[in-house]
Amino acid sequence: MSTYAVPMLEVPDLIKESGGDTLDLCYQCGTCSGTCPWNVVRDFRVRNIITRAQVGLEGYEGEDLWLCATCNACVDRCPRGVEIVDLVRTIRMIIGESGSLPKTLRAVMGSVQSNGNPWSGDPAARTAWLKDAPVPRFDGSQDAAYFTCCSQAYDARNARVGRATLAVLKAAGVDLGLLEGEKCCGDAVRKAGGESLFQGLAATNVGVMNGLGVKKVVVPSPHCLSTFSKEYPALGGRWDVQHVVQVLADRVKAGKLAMTKQVAGTAIYHDPCYLGRHTGVYDAPREVLGAVPGLKLLEFARNREDAVCCGGGGGRLWMETPVEERFAVGRLREAVARGADTVVTACPYCISMFEDAKTALGMDSMRIADVTEIVADAVEG
Amino acid sequence: MEPRVGVFVCHCGTNIAGVVDVARVAEAARTWANVVHAEDYKFMCSDPGQAMVKQAILRHKIDRVVVAACSPRMHEATFRKACAEAGLNPYLFEMANIREHCSWVHEDKQAATLKAIDIVRMAVAKARLLEPLETRSVKVEPKALVVGGGVAGIQAALNLANAGIKVVMVERQQSIGGRMAQLDKTFPTLDCSACILTPKMVQVAQHPNVTLYTCAEVEEVSGYVGNFDVTIRRKATYVDPDVCTACGICLEKCPKKTTSEFEEGLTTRKAVYRLFPQAVPGKPVVDRESCTYFVNGKCKVCERFCEPKAFRWDDTDKVVHERVGAILVATGYDLYDASALGQWGYGRFPDVITGIEFERLNNATGPTGGRILKKDGTEPKSVAILHCVGSRDRNYKEYCSRVCCMYSLKFAHLLREKTAATVWNFYIDMRCFGKGYEEFYNRLLHEGVKFVRGKAAYVTDQPANDDEKGRLVVSAEATTLGEVLRVPVDMVILASAVTPQPDAPAVARRFGMSLSPDGFFMEKHPKLEPFSTATDGVYLAGACQGPKDIPDAVAHGAAAASTAMALISRGEVEVEAATAQVTEGACSGCKVCQDICPYAAIGFDGPKKVATINPSLCKGCGTCVATCPSSAIVGRHFTDQQVLAQISALFAG
Ligand SMILES: Cc1cc2nc3c(=O)[nH]c(=O)nc-3n(C[C@H](O)[C@H](O)[C@H](O)COP(=O)(O)OP(=O)(O)OC[C@H]3O[C@@H](n4cnc5c(N)ncnc54)[C@H](O)[C@@H]3O)c2cc1C
Ligand code: SF4
Ligand code: SF4
Repeated sequence: MSTYAVPMLEVPDLIKESGGDTLDLCYQCGTCSGTCPWNVVRDFRVRNIITRAQVGLEGYEGEDLWLCATCNACVDRCPRGVEIVDLVRTIRMIIGESGSLPKTLRAVMGSVQSNGNPWSGDPAARTAWLKDAPVPRFDGSQDAAYFTCCSQAYDARNARVGRATLAVLKAAGVDLGLLEGEKCCGDAVRKAGGESLFQGLAATNVGVMNGLGVKKVVVPSPHCLSTFSKEYPALGGRWDVQHVVQVLADRVKAGKLAMTKQVAGTAIYHDPCYLGRHTGVYDAPREVLGAVPGLKLLEFARNREDAVCCGGGGGRLWMETPVEERFAVGRLREAVARGADTVVTACPYCISMFEDAKTALGMDSMRIADVTEIVADAVEG
Repeated sequence: MEPRVGVFVCHCGTNIAGVVDVARVAEAARTWANVVHAEDYKFMCSDPGQAMVKQAILRHKIDRVVVAACSPRMHEATFRKACAEAGLNPYLFEMANIREHCSWVHEDKQAATLKAIDIVRMAVAKARLLEPLETRSVKVEPKALVVGGGVAGIQAALNLANAGIKVVMVERQQSIGGRMAQLDKTFPTLDCSACILTPKMVQVAQHPNVTLYTCAEVEEVSGYVGNFDVTIRRKATYVDPDVCTACGICLEKCPKKTTSEFEEGLTTRKAVYRLFPQAVPGKPVVDRESCTYFVNGKCKVCERFCEPKAFRWDDTDKVVHERVGAILVATGYDLYDASALGQWGYGRFPDVITGIEFERLNNATGPTGGRILKKDGTEPKSVAILHCVGSRDRNYKEYCSRVCCMYSLKFAHLLREKTAATVWNFYIDMRCFGKGYEEFYNRLLHEGVKFVRGKAAYVTDQPANDDEKGRLVVSAEATTLGEVLRVPVDMVILASAVTPQPDAPAVARRFGMSLSPDGFFMEKHPKLEPFSTATDGVYLAGACQGPKDIPDAVAHGAAAASTAMALISRGEVEVEAATAQVTEGACSGCKVCQDICPYAAIGFDGPKKVATINPSLCKGCGTCVATCPSSAIVGRHFTDQQVLAQISALFAG
């Protein structure tokens, strides 16, 4: 048996044609592997995948391929401008199309396909999370449309965040209407390699929102923010997109959000990768939290551009990770060591990952909260 | 008399003839009005090719010559000279570029041939209207200005001065020497930097042909090749160098300390100071910014101890004017601000230092007396040297800094020699290209240094296990293994990128130079004239043109000096004859042209109320010609009629 590795040059060609056009730029410095948070907890050499893909050597399609949480840490540092996350999603797409999707992801993709959400939720019950709260439906007369994230619609913990968010936006006098008929924004689907599925979701959402005359849309998830602002424009969806914390920060600055109640406690803010590195929003959540009376605010050692991922992006939310390898577990331990009693963040995936980590570690007294939940505590009423 | 045009079509081997049917081009030319002769040849620029042109001029009484070949940048001068040798005014020559503009950029032979015919027809149309112009010479001032007293400037100045040419050297710091003065040992031979540099510094300062101005900068430059007028500002130093004996008592007595730039902020110097003990000149100067007397109005302790009474508190800046024939810019380089390279921890962790800081640490005259110590005063047990920090990285500088691989190896050697530390090198590629460099790398492999092929991703103080507690941890993928390493060390040395001087854009403007995309000064030709600039008479020496090690900086300085020498010993230069000319009767005196001329070549005749053009300053760029609302300026050799004839010829095809 030959032990020579035989390059298959169709592989790099296919990757480059399908969205990974920066593949050839890599010069094998290893900055990406060295930067990747996985290597603090286990081996994962993303450079290895890239090098193998460059020459079409087997191995690029292995199990490791599904580890990447698309946190963008390596992309920001790559000296050559390799769009590593695009490479990962393109390779996943090629592998996924050949039928080798990991099992858990297969179920998620199936649900997105049939229900329009990854949570196997009934599409007819997409507004059930509101629990009869009187929220107007978007009809073009309001300033902005509110796009419900699937996590808020179908995950009980995030539904609570969703209700707090709507209450706070109302208290801040934001003129909103809730969208109906939307499907998942498709971010995780695309990053997990479900390209055609993503295209279908985007087409539906662009159709719904353009049909209703949406100009401005407020989103509760950084993943929706990133796809809407960076990927939808090329697909016909050109709206003014703001994450909830950006809207709130504007209201705080304009003196339009009265936070009067004291909020006791010491919070530490965790930057979601898709709010931070992917879309560059670092100050808005800090400005909002800074205006909460009584709240003491801490920072992680690695924060803002340098923040460590919660581990939930790129489809990882639905995949099993041993407790000691979960990024959120490490973050939570650091939060405790720094004297925080609350971890605040601004992303439904982060909320889920941190809640899971909290349970796994049995840290009952630690509070995991969305920025809007903290604000809700400070608002009268 | 009707003009008689000769057309010569070059094959340029197969460069042109491989794509363009050159015989057909010559054949077409023969059918055009005024063309009395046309032929093609393998290499028109060769001696036989030039001879063909000269013979044809005489035999066919040709008085306009068109050569269809390469770019005029390549060979215009060659053919102008050939014409002149055959008795024709060189400005009656026109070049048609059918290589860069045609054969090199096209594949379709048929279409390329037709395009070449168009290009040549246009050249012939212009040639018919060409007029003879007289070239003029001006005298060259036999003196050179060297800006910057680093090793490159020093070498250039010495070469010029030794050739008997007067040199004015302007250095903005208190001493000459540049970065090399900060270095301890130099790769690859490990000779002591000061030992080889100091004698040269002294030689320059004492050379009878050199006038040295330190604490000085060039403020203004006017004039042109051979005749530059330079204004130099000499900063007040408050010490009379003619009286000072350089005894140095003031340096001891001055009570005011401030950070030492020479020691990279690792220690302090006094408010009255010299840059370093072997500074040249050796006379101290007062730093007005930090001197207690200038800040508070009281002190003058130094003066009390100064026996020869050299202090001059009323000293002021002095402005000096010099006229020079050539200018050599040797302003060197700077280093990337390491605190802007966040992931590697500089500024956050005290024992993350830069390469140049290490040079000072290792230097016997440096802050630790040459002992390699951490900030807490203890010796490191383990040191990591990180290559390519800010270089070869599109987030910072895209280019290779060229010296870091080698000085990193040098540091590894010095660390192994002086300490018991384990030394790690994290690198992407080891670039050891110079003479003796690969051998030096090989030598290091015998010294037990650890090499990891992989760029350090970050440095952290957050431990992942007990071993890492209280240490600096370097994370990098060992790419040859495909394993991510975490290496706990006590000291990290960053090979931070070599950068252009922060004031390079302003300096470029002052001397009429431009900047390359990397921010260093742009050379005239990257291979053949790396020491010249686009401005005649202005040359480049050393690392201001791009990162260089000492051997290259010295060679570059010497090359710039010999080019300047050639200019000066020739004694005179021809200035461009194809300049702009004002038609006095048409000029309305609006002065619009004065503001737009990039070379400040346009003056104004008050009594006549017309613009005047100084032909020595004019470069014939044509900006004023196109701007003049009264069409009163003629761009000679590019007249409206000539350009319009070319355009008509194109559409006549
Ligand atoms: C850490 C480190 C270690 C190194 N080790 C080695 C080694 O071992 N061997 C080796 O071969 N090379 C080494 N080098 C490279 C070496 O420093 C350079 O090759 C050399 O200094 C280049 O000389 P230069 O004269 O071109 O520039 P510089 O040394 O930068 O000199 C420029 C001079 O111009 C002056 N100047 C700047 N602007 C103006 C202005 N506007 N007006 C007047 N004066 C001005 C400056 O004050 C300075 O004196 C090392 C470099 C670094 C960073
Ligand atoms: S950081 Fe960029 S260039 Fe370096 S190995 Fe990774 S992808 Fe390649
Ligand atoms: S995107 Fe994040 S998780 Fe994925 S390879 Fe890069 S650093 Fe690792």
